[in-house]
Parts: sequence; structure tokens; C-alpha cells
Amino acid sequence: MTDPNDPLRVIPTDAPPIGACRKTGDSLPPLTLMGEHDLCPGCGEPLALRQILDAIDAMDMAQRAIGTIGIGCYTALTSLMDIDLIQALHGRAPSVATGAKRMRPETLVFTLQGDGDMVNEGLQEVIHTAARGENVTCILLNNGVFGETGGHMTATTVLGQRTKNSIEGRDAGEHGFPILIGDLLARLEGTAYCARASVHDAKGVARTRRFLDRAFESQMKGQGFSFVEILTMCPTGWFLPTAEGPDYLDQELGAIHEVGELKKDGVLIES
Amino acid sequence: MPHERRLMEGSEAIAEAAIAAGCRFFSGYPMTPFTEVLECFAKRLPEEGGACINAESEIEAIGQAWGAAATGARAATGSTGQGLSLMQESMSEITRAEIPIVIFNMARGQGDYFQATRGGGHGDYRHIVLSPQSVGEAVDLTQLAFHLADKWRHPVVIYGDYLIAHTAEAVGIEAIDYGPLPEKEWAVDGSLGGTGRSRNVNPIGMEKGSKGIDPNGFWQKLADKEDAILDAEQRYEAVDTEDADLLIVAFGTLARFARAAMRDLRAEGLKVGLFRPISLWPFPKEALAKAAEGCKRVAVLEQNAGQMIEDVQLSLLGAVPVVPIGGISTDPAGFGIGALLDSDLIAGRARDAHAGRPVPRGVVS
Repeated sequence: MTDPNDPLRVIPTDAPPIGACRKTGDSLPPLTLMGEHDLCPGCGEPLALRQILDAIDAMDMAQRAIGTIGIGCYTALTSLMDIDLIQALHGRAPSVATGAKRMRPETLVFTLQGDGDMVNEGLQEVIHTAARGENVTCILLNNGVFGETGGHMTATTVLGQRTKNSIEGRDAGEHGFPILIGDLLARLEGTAYCARASVHDAKGVARTRRFLDRAFESQMKGQGFSFVEILTMCPTGWFLPTAEGPDYLDQELGAIHEVGELKKDGVLIES
Repeated sequence: MPHERRLMEGSEAIAEAAIAAGCRFFSGYPMTPFTEVLECFAKRLPEEGGACINAESEIEAIGQAWGAAATGARAATGSTGQGLSLMQESMSEITRAEIPIVIFNMARGQGDYFQATRGGGHGDYRHIVLSPQSVGEAVDLTQLAFHLADKWRHPVVIYGDYLIAHTAEAVGIEAIDYGPLPEKEWAVDGSLGGTGRSRNVNPIGMEKGSKGIDPNGFWQKLADKEDAILDAEQRYEAVDTEDADLLIVAFGTLARFARAAMRDLRAEGLKVGLFRPISLWPFPKEALAKAAEGCKRVAVLEQNAGQMIEDVQLSLLGAVPVVPIGGISTDPAGFGIGALLDSDLIAGRARDAHAGRPVPRGVVS
């Protein structure tokens, strides 16, 4: 994980002074196997993952947890997650999670999926998993684009958003409307907990963690299906300067996919 | 009372055999002629402390079985050929992820031979295919399938049909001990998070703690395993092949009709033998080549336009002339109960092949 040719790296000495400057990778946060990843600068997915791992660690569930992972940029993060994982196909993680949970009901079972994965390819799976009241937590990292292919339109792309295959911006007449997946899932009786968070600022990150805690608690209480949607920045897929990602997320995607809890203890929260 | 012999439909016998083998998870979607397999699992698995899910599609059925099997449980799914078409993406990935799983294909006849043996999914893979000729053999092969799946960490398909699923035969279900198996240390039971040794059962060769993948090394490892399966798991039955002039090759329930035809032909004094591949992959190539030695002709009886015949030709490499004596033949509903299921008709075609006369081609009606 360390590169001796990297001129920016501070070489640790045999007896480093207290408080010596280190690369982030030199000290690993909980449930992390590596301090580096290959995702783009400004990506929101590592921020979201950090909250997921911290929530599992805080619940002391690391040795009773199974993650089922979809296909997207975040798939690359599985190499650094120190959690037992099953890699699923694009869209299929809720089904794989269902099978795992039925055989290991004592474990915390969660999915990690993107919007292309869950809302395009796998919409049927997540809806039926919720409708069955399957006692798993599905986690959506929603950035409104297929990030891994380089910024293409998904089912959650907001109207007017430019992508590589809606180059003049998503047009309702031509491309249809975005699916507000959290709102859809909240309406299903099998859903016990449902919330939408965002990692565009520190407050949003803290709220993300709070919602994840509540979803995991709901699952371990056996309340039924739980769902946390996390809006994440994708400046690369949005064709924006890195620093403009958080504001774009808050003002464009966040204006349509509104942040907040949608359902708690099986009761809809009216906005 | 599972140990008593009793009259059982194949669907029930398969479910009971799977449960005897330790299967505790099943997921499926109704489709003729597979539906009753799902019904039996739905009734019986909860009684055994297992789970059966009525999946919303075959795609989800295999996804759910994938998740169950990945945790180390013995798990299965199934459908008919049409449903297996929907499952192919997962079957390919599960093979690469090395997850043991059993898939019951109650096919609509024998037109899905290529689908079963070549795999309709993407990528460089094969899976084990076992083809029973009777309900009794389906009971044994079902249990063997779970054993082989665990032994090789590889999917196993049971290729049955309408007759296997819906014929009642007197069978007894007992757990069969096929020998010791390695511990499932690879299985994701959720217990190793935070230890630095957590697992990732995945189909793309990702390793925990290292970035990037090595697709060449990963795929070669799978190819090496499939070579080992090829050597170790060929299964077949050879009947009266020693002195045969004509060797009939047939698989599954159709082989029973071929056997009846063969008895009649033997009674007439014609030296006819029968070779029945039980494992369709790996295909028993060497055994077939040996059985065909000294034969004038090899007659391939299959209920399709000609699929297994390619494996027969690859086994014989031109050493013996190969003649197709089957053909497309189904009932009006398309479930594979066609006019070819007739030992007299088969005997007539075998007689033609034996005499070197042309055998009719086209639809068998």
C-alpha cells in the first residue's frame, strides 16, 4: 500500500515523532483492509461505504454480517471491506441476500448497489424483496448515472441532467421520468424502514450514518425489509469539476430525490 | 416413512431425495413440467426446517439459491428449459464463483441438450449434467448431484423431462453416503468480518486486500478444475455392446424405449447394443469409443434435430459411421411426449440402420 517512489509520502522513521504526518492509508479505520482505492476524486461512494462499515462496527456485528454486492464502481471497494461478502450479478443482490438471510437468519445481511444496478437492471428484485418483507437491508448508492461506463442515463437521472446518452439533458418526452425508488419502496407493506440520505456535506454524512443505524437495528429486530438510499457525488459522470460535485448533488439530484426518512417502524412519514 | 418403497411421482421423489441429501433451500417459479417439483419442496422444506421461496421469476429463483448456497447450505433451484434460459447468466457466474448448487431441469423433451451441456451463458465454463432414465435413478442422481456439487464446488444440472417428473414408480428414499467431503471453509457464514480473513465469494477473481484482478490466472484455475472433472466424473451404462454390430446411443427416458427395442431386435437375432451416457457433461467419450469398437454403425437416438450426435461424432472421430435415427417429436402442447416414444418405431429405425438402409428424417409423427 506504500510506494517508495511517491514523493508526497512521508517516510515513517523508526521512532516517529508523536503526531507525525502520515498518509491516510497508514492508519486504517475499522473493517478496512487497505487505505487506498481506485475510485475517482470527489466520488461519494467511499464516504457512504465508510458510514456502512462504521455502523456495522458500532453495532459489533462484524462477525455476524454478510454483504451482497452489485456491479458498479463500488464493486472495486469490496477488496478493502473486511466483511464476509457474496458478489452478486448486476441487479441481483436482493435475491442473493434473500437466500443468504434465510439460511443465516442470525446475521446482518445487507446489499450494496448502485442506481443502475438496483433501479434499472434489478428493479423487480428489490420490489419483490421489499414486498416479501424480507428481513434484509438494501443500500442504494444513487448518483443518477452509470458511473462505471462513464456517465450514462439511469432510471434515477433527473430531468435536464446531461449524460452521455441524453446529451441535451434528460427529456421527459423522450426518456421518461426518474423513478423515486425510496418513495416507491416505502409504500410497500413489507417495508419496515425506508430513508434517503446524502453525503454532500458533513451534516449529510452524519445523517447517513443515523439512517443506516436505524435500518440495521430494524433488521436485527426482525421488523422486515429496510432500505437506505444514499445520494453520492459523481463529478466524473456528471462532467463537472470535482469541487462542484457536492453542490450539484444537493441542488440538482437532491431537489428531486428528497432527503429524509420515509418510513419508520412500518409507519409512513408524511412530508 | 421415507425408507419404505412406495409409489411416488418423480417430482416428489426428486424433492424427497434432495431433502435426504441435506438440501435445505429451494426457490422456483412454476412451469410445466417442472411445477410439481416446486410444489413438493414448498410442502416439505418448511417441515424439515428449511426454506422454499416462490420466486417472482427464474432469474430471482437462481439468485436466491445462489445466496443460500454461498453461505454453505445445500441449495437448489429448477425449471424447464425455457426457465433455464433465463437462469443462464447466473449459471455462468455461479460456475465461476465456484458455488455448489443443484439445478433440476425438467425439460420439454431433448431439444435442450445443447443448452444443458454447452451452457447458454457467457464465458468459458462447463457444468456437470446428469441425466436419469427413471424415477429410481433420479433419486440416486439427485443425491449424487449434491455430492458432486460440494466435491467440486461446481453447479450440477439434473436433466429430466416430463416422464421423469410425472411418472410414478416404486422407490425408497434413503440418504446415500458418497464419501467424505472437504469442509466448506470458503462459505460465507458472516463470521470472519473484522478478522482480516473475511471472504468474498465472487465470480471475477477479486481477492480481499489487493486491488485489481488476474483474469487469466482465475480462468485457468477453473479450466484446470473442469479438466479434472472431465477425467473423474464420466458416467454411462453399456448394455450388450461386446458383440454388437449396431450400437444405439440414447440418453434419459428415451433410452428405456431404446432398450425395449433392443430386446426385440436381439430376439430376432440382430446384434444390437445400447450405450447410455448418464453424465452428459462430461460426456463419456472413451467408453463410447470402446463400446463402438467392432460395430458396423452407431445409431444416435435423440428427440431433437440432432444435438448429442455431435458428442458421439467427437467421441468416435470417424472410426465408425454415425447415423441419426431420432428426430423432432413432441405432443401438441410441446412437452416432449412425441411419437418417437415407441419401441416398435425405434426398432424399425434401428433395423434400417442395422441393414444400412436409409432411416427416415424429419418430424417423427
